[in-house]
Amino acid sequence: MSKQINVALIGNPNTGKTSVFNALTGLNQKVGNYPGITVEKKEGICKLPRGVKAHIIDLPGTYSLNASSLDENVVIELLLNKNDKDYPDLAVVVSDVENLKRNLLLFTQIKDLKIPTILVINMSDRMAYKGISLDIDYLEQELKTKIALISTRKNKGINELKELITHFKELSTEPCLDASTIDKAYFENLRKAFPNQLLYKLWLVITQDVNFGKTDRKTFEAVEDFKTKSKTDLKRLQQKETIKRYQFINETLKLGQTIDLKSAKDLRIKLDRILTHKVWGYLIFGVILLTIFQAIYDWSSIPMDFIDSSFASLSEWTKNTLPEGAFTNLLAEGIISGLGGIVIFIPQIAFLFLFISILEESGYMSRVVFLMDRIMRRFGLSGKSVVPLISGTACAIPAIMATRNIESWKERLITILVTPFTTCSARLPVYLIIIALVIPEGRILGLSYQALTLMLLYLIGFGAAVGSAWILNKILKIKSKSFFVVEMPNYKLPLFKNVALTVLEKTKAFVFGAGKIILAISIVLWFLASYGPGDNFNNAESIVTEKFASENLPEDELNEKIESHKLEHSFIGIAGHAIEPAIRPLGYDWKIGIAIVSSFAAREVFVGTLATIYSVGSDEEETIKNRMAGEVNPILGGPLFNFASGISLLLFYAFAMQCMSTLAVVKKETNSWKWPMYQLVIMSGFAYIVALIAYQVLK
Amino acid sequence: MTLAELKRGQQGTITDVSSIHIPLKLLEMGCLPGNLVELVQVAPFADPMYLNINGTHLAIRKETAIHIIIETAHE
Ligand SMILES: Nc1nc2c(ncn2[C@@H]2O[C@H](COP(=O)(O)OP(=O)(O)OP(=O)(O)O)[C@@H](O)[C@H]2O)c(=O)[nH]1
Ligand SMILES: [Mg+2]
Repeated sequence: MSKQINVALIGNPNTGKTSVFNALTGLNQKVGNYPGITVEKKEGICKLPRGVKAHIIDLPGTYSLNASSLDENVVIELLLNKNDKDYPDLAVVVSDVENLKRNLLLFTQIKDLKIPTILVINMSDRMAYKGISLDIDYLEQELKTKIALISTRKNKGINELKELITHFKELSTEPCLDASTIDKAYFENLRKAFPNQLLYKLWLVITQDVNFGKTDRKTFEAVEDFKTKSKTDLKRLQQKETIKRYQFINETLKLGQTIDLKSAKDLRIKLDRILTHKVWGYLIFGVILLTIFQAIYDWSSIPMDFIDSSFASLSEWTKNTLPEGAFTNLLAEGIISGLGGIVIFIPQIAFLFLFISILEESGYMSRVVFLMDRIMRRFGLSGKSVVPLISGTACAIPAIMATRNIESWKERLITILVTPFTTCSARLPVYLIIIALVIPEGRILGLSYQALTLMLLYLIGFGAAVGSAWILNKILKIKSKSFFVVEMPNYKLPLFKNVALTVLEKTKAFVFGAGKIILAISIVLWFLASYGPGDNFNNAESIVTEKFASENLPEDELNEKIESHKLEHSFIGIAGHAIEPAIRPLGYDWKIGIAIVSSFAAREVFVGTLATIYSVGSDEEETIKNRMAGEVNPILGGPLFNFASGISLLLFYAFAMQCMSTLAVVKKETNSWKWPMYQLVIMSGFAYIVALIAYQVLK
Repeated sequence: MTLAELKRGQQGTITDVSSIHIPLKLLEMGCLPGNLVELVQVAPFADPMYLNINGTHLAIRKETAIHIIIETAHE
């Protein structure tokens, strides 16, 4: 096997590392115009000329090798651990031509680690617009590296970059400057104490707490005793080091870069005077949110109706075409109905993903962070918590991972704990169908009642999140240093391709992720609903016929009575009746109860479960919605889904913690089962109480 | 004066950032002595503050800004 070259993409946040990664590997990792889109290591393979292969690693962005948050730490951990299987043979430092000065700081630090390094200057398409010109030869010579001037947007310079990667052995590993001059005596002592170690590595280890692999720990253990300087002194030295590096960079750029300010244009400041304004900023943010909800409703109703009726006919067609039997019933009643319950929501979910992705790609997200920081701080959150709370409307899992760029552990933990309250797309199916059943159509000021109800539910979710954050902030006794620095990236016209890909990937993940669970659950449910123990189920026909013998019912009605008798006495009916006492006070019947229980795997299962239960034994071609509308409350009469039980259900789903995957991610991010278990018990308990009160008051 | 006293739209030059209350990250983003700083926008209650430091646009909280010493041209 020819040896693969390990290549690490390193650079400041938002410089286009992931875009370069995608260009090199042909993969489609998520790109966005907000510092901190990538929070984990991602890997891919790049084919180079002459049959050489490179193993490319995309890393989270970092401003320097002094980590201040978890995502940044990933980079340092990799670079300090020579035994890591991903330890790079070659570092590709990705920089943004508009912020070259700041980007070079990290570059000079990496050079000190004596790893062969290529400097990629990305976004070259912006140079003319900003009046920037570069003397590449001069820069290559001063920085002791090879430079690739590229633009991933315009697909320029990628082949030259590949060529440079192939010839990485020719790169110089000499540092750009000698950082040890900031305190000669100290560094001399360090060198003497550890003659075999790279001096700059030692310095990095001393100045920060890095989680080392076991083997490396041993080598460096003694360093712990070498902290002869106080924390404050070390920090001052780091400040000195930063200043020294900038001196070198300024001198280099003085000759290597010219910026013609006259031809430079800056839309950012002009836009931000309005978009981050004390009054207008908030107003515009509100209007954006309102528009999104209205659009989700108005734009997706046509494709949704179409999907709903298509699945109903498909199920009917399957029944009529395939030979009669248990398998056909399973397919038509269990699987197709169950899947229809999720496919129907694709339009709305795709629109939601579309808007979030546009917000992320345009650079607006950082402005929201700015606008909300002060308010969020009152609740023990950070402005940066807004991003997980907003992207949590798609799915809580990536949202919880996105908290990794929050510097303070307490703010981060609280954000993780409250994010599952935000209305994720899995709640959307439940909300939409129940809103359609219990909220009247009609409009006020051009906004439909139904859209407003949906928006209200989002606000309730958000309110629950900040409210519980406020409580957690009072209860949790965690001391952690908190500071807040957020970059305001340039506005960018969202790239159609990036947005489309994100929407496609996420929608696909949603449908297939949910699809698998729903498939499994609907098969199990179908069996449980189609079979039952004992006489009551097996002799349903004769029992019912006997019972109504005197009434002379038409055959249709009699059949219906038989089917419902069967369902009541099937396995699922028995289980449902067992839990019914617990949910009756909330206004639900046993079928809803089953749907709620199965929703603890994943919320979106709710509609599919009901669809499966209702379609077992039914002959007619019916859409899910019509079936639900036709359900009758077994005790009170009248529609089962009325205003009171509908609101109660909506509130239950707003608060309950019903998602295994989220619990698993919380466990991973907090490193303990304690927090996810609290979430499960407290959120679901609260949901039950609120739903109970709502039904009892409204009924 | 400190950065926190700067008015919206006003410019100054950073003179001292040696306070240990200033996170290193801020220095690394270019908040260094000699650099020009402009207050682009403030959120309600002047917190956080949106700055343009030598072409880098970033927002920091007031609690950090009070430790950054600057001088304005007409002082
Ligand atoms: N104009 C222009 N924009 C680009 C170019 N390359 C990337 N971008 C944009 O820059 C933004 C950041 O790109 P990413 O690839 O997500 O950057 P990253 O370095 O991976 O960011 P983090 O993972 O957050 O650190 C996106 O909005 C891209 O569309 C380019 O060559 N020209
Ligand atoms: Mg990235």
